[in-house]
Amino acid sequence: MDWLRLWKPYIFPSPIAVFTTLWSLILDGTMSIAVLASAKRIFLGYILSIIIGIVVGLAIVRFKYLDENVSPLILGLQTLPSICWLPFSILWFGLNESAIIFVITIGSTFAVSIAIESGMKNINPLFVRAAKTMGAKGFSLYWNVIIPASLPSIISGLKQGWSFAWRALMAGEMISATKGLGQVLMVGRDLADISQVMAIMIVIVVLGVAVDKLIFGKVEINIRQKWGLDKA
Amino acid sequence: MSVVVENLSKSFITKNDKINTLDNINVEFHKGEFVCILGPSGCGKSTLLNIIAGLEKETAGRVICNGKEVKGAGPDRVVMFQESALFPWLKVIDNVEFGMKLAGIPKDERREKAIKYLKMVHLTRFQDSYIHELSGGMRQRVALARALTLDSEILLMDEPFAALDSQTKNLLQLELQQIWLETRKNIIFVTHNVEEAVLLADRVIVMSANPGTIKKEFHIQLARPRQPENIDLAYLAADIMKELKEEVEKVAKAEFDTDWTSKKDPILSDSDSNMGTGI
Repeated sequence: MDWLRLWKPYIFPSPIAVFTTLWSLILDGTMSIAVLASAKRIFLGYILSIIIGIVVGLAIVRFKYLDENVSPLILGLQTLPSICWLPFSILWFGLNESAIIFVITIGSTFAVSIAIESGMKNINPLFVRAAKTMGAKGFSLYWNVIIPASLPSIISGLKQGWSFAWRALMAGEMISATKGLGQVLMVGRDLADISQVMAIMIVIVVLGVAVDKLIFGKVEINIRQKWGLDKA
Repeated sequence: MSVVVENLSKSFITKNDKINTLDNINVEFHKGEFVCILGPSGCGKSTLLNIIAGLEKETAGRVICNGKEVKGAGPDRVVMFQESALFPWLKVIDNVEFGMKLAGIPKDERREKAIKYLKMVHLTRFQDSYIHELSGGMRQRVALARALTLDSEILLMDEPFAALDSQTKNLLQLELQQIWLETRKNIIFVTHNVEEAVLLADRVIVMSANPGTIKKEFHIQLARPRQPENIDLAYLAADIMKELKEEVEKVAKAEFDTDWTSKKDPILSDSDSNMGTGI
């Protein structure tokens, strides 16, 4: 692109520059350290958010009082970008891992609980009626009917939660981390090395898509086949 | 073992007025009896069945099953619905085993019994299929097998064949008759189809609409197994139809414009004027 001079190389990097930066990041070990650090954080944060999200979602489905009073609040909190919690997070946990994990968790918990709530509320009531006449009640009704019946929407909620968690992680790392993908990206910014910024962006996209396809995609395809949703 | 319905009423309160879906119903269902509840759409026959099943609450009165008042749904009163209500996330065999699994029956016993009842409905070949791979008739067969596995003496059926095409429906009616002859369950069968009621039932209860009450009972004392072509069935059906027609027209009058009337066939409207056919 050099000979065209359409833009300056620091405004948008050339593919070759991005690739060589990527390669050198991999070779000097920066990339593996960053990916590992990010993976550890998102793993912890996402697992936590799934657990809390499921508990909150189930509680809302089960107790009408919570549904009427807490649901609007959760919907409101869901619209709040999770990075807004960072100042509080740092106050409460300090400048450390826990602060970032908190931001991840709070970013995706509500998406998970909303998905569980709407998934369980929207199942075919006939399933519940049939199960009741066969003797299902209480826990066994949830375990054997309501949860499997709402699984398709729960999976899509988990998927959405994953993307929220991933965004929260990057935002958190860019502001307050000493290692991780977001931090390496910020180093690129500080050194005016735009190809490093681009290289990390590509890695973030590739990792996000990989998890989506390899984990959620497989589960989703499996469910769609069982339910016969792919016949259309 | 019997089901007794005592002074049962059910009303819904809407914005404008109170609708008596069921009004003071008294009826008894005996052990091993096949009863059809027949009525025009909107007469509350499904509501009655749902209350017996424990899926809906009555406004007044009570249902007594085996000497105990019905307080909720339970496996002693299995229901088969118009749509199969099979679970799409389970294979056919697991669907059939579902009720037994809830009852805590061990795996081997459960499987054996499921196969037995799948054999009864002739679907063992499809035990590993998922529900979306079955046709409507096959789904109802699986639902029937699932209901039978629970060994309840009472089986409630809410228009189970209404959504099927007529050939499949005929086939399933005859098979249900056969299964009933083998198992002798107390089947309470809700339908709007007179021919179906006459073919299957020992007793046909005709309900009237607005308010829903029991209008008349017919005892069908014809030999079994019955065939739909049997001319006696046709005469009984005509008798019952006469009773039902008033109710259908009543419902229609309430729903349609005021200028609507039904036209009577001037020649053959009465089975008493049959000039001796079928003697």
